[in-house]
Amino acid sequence: MADSYYDPADLRKFGNITDWSEELGTKFFEYYGKVFEEGALSAREKSLIALAVAHVVKCPYCIDAYTKDGLQKGITKEEMMEAVHAGAAIESGATLVHGVQMMNKYNKLSM
Amino acid sequence: MATKSLKARHEALVMDNKQMEILNGGIFEDGELPYFKDKIAQTGQFPLRPKQLEILQINVGYMCNQVCEHCHVDAGPDRKEIMTRETMEMCLEVIRNTAAHTLDLTGGAPEMNPDFRWFVEEAAKAGIKDFIVRSNLTIIRANKKYYDLPQFFKKHNIHVISSMPHYTRGKTDKQRGEGVFDLSIKALQELNAVGYGMPGSSLRLDLVYNPSGAFLPGDQVAMERDFKKALKEDFEINFHNLFSITNLPIARFLDYLIASGNYEDYMYSLVEAYNPSAVANVMCTNTISVSWDGWLYDCDFNQMLGLKVASKIRHIRDYNEDILNDRNIIISQHCYGCTAGAGSSCQGSVT
Repeated sequence: MADSYYDPADLRKFGNITDWSEELGTKFFEYYGKVFEEGALSAREKSLIALAVAHVVKCPYCIDAYTKDGLQKGITKEEMMEAVHAGAAIESGATLVHGVQMMNKYNKLSM
Repeated sequence: MATKSLKARHEALVMDNKQMEILNGGIFEDGELPYFKDKIAQTGQFPLRPKQLEILQINVGYMCNQVCEHCHVDAGPDRKEIMTRETMEMCLEVIRNTAAHTLDLTGGAPEMNPDFRWFVEEAAKAGIKDFIVRSNLTIIRANKKYYDLPQFFKKHNIHVISSMPHYTRGKTDKQRGEGVFDLSIKALQELNAVGYGMPGSSLRLDLVYNPSGAFLPGDQVAMERDFKKALKEDFEINFHNLFSITNLPIARFLDYLIASGNYEDYMYSLVEAYNPSAVANVMCTNTISVSWDGWLYDCDFNQMLGLKVASKIRHIRDYNEDILNDRNIIISQHCYGCTAGAGSSCQGSVT
């Protein structure tokens, strides 16, 4: 048992989740694989979206995986960083837009 | 960025046994990852056997004007292994009689061999269908004596295959050395100017992409699309095809993997991406590799590992295609590099 919650070597074992629920695990990986194929969006665009989301959900495994995937797809570090900012902007925007709720409540309670 | 080969630095790694020890030991010896022979045995492909010989690949020497970080040849300006005219004569004899349709000259920078032009002129007379020279591009701009190489290639209808790690300056220079990107762009423009790589032109100019780090190449078709768009928009450069090649854990790339703590992860990536259908088309099944001193190998990678063919014909002076084709191909864990994803060869993907 590792003495920390995240071990980089665990990423290689991702597929093992199927061992304890074969049907659901298999369905998930089929779906996952299909999602990242070329479609209306290119595999490259999807990789950048995945990288942005990886940061927003703060998944270290996903960050490792999609940084490497980006390199494999020839994505530049500038593109990667812009994607991270796009995620960060939405995340901070999601916080800040609640400021309107705060303002509404403040106004309602105030004379 | 190193300016000397591992050999010149007397690094223990490039002594062949040390590399084989690494490739056969560690995570493979522990059983964490399967040996390549066991993996291909699962689909009945062991032992690996040659098919019809199609490509004769001749390495005319390890001297190069560049010292690329990923080089499996460990090539560089300090390498003195250069094919002599005498060995070239033996190669010519074979070229005139081979059933192979492709002749592929590589190095080092093949153009740095003092007899390179003579050899090309003589070999071109044999009328082989596809005559490739692997040119690193910067050599064309390295010295005045090479400035006319595009014309020379054109005169002999040479198929030029050139390495270009990325369409951005930063990535290219990091892998290949400061200034390599600008010189490569200039060389490509000069090749275009004489007709190489232009749409519809019979003067073939293909580029080779290999990753600048411990990751695998992406889809060849998508990479080609990105390269074409960027090189056209930014520099008005045309080329025909992009071959995406996986870096094999040999010589300087192996040294880099170990030094950067990426070796195990990289081997995992290769094994995870193993594609049994790529095995049927790996280049060692249709290629013979000849070293600067005339020895025969299953591929350029085995050449660098010192693994001569398992045949009683082992040198170009004794060349006999029928006997040579009846052999088992020598494999080890580096072979996972040629079977990952869409597969990899000197001609790019194999599936």
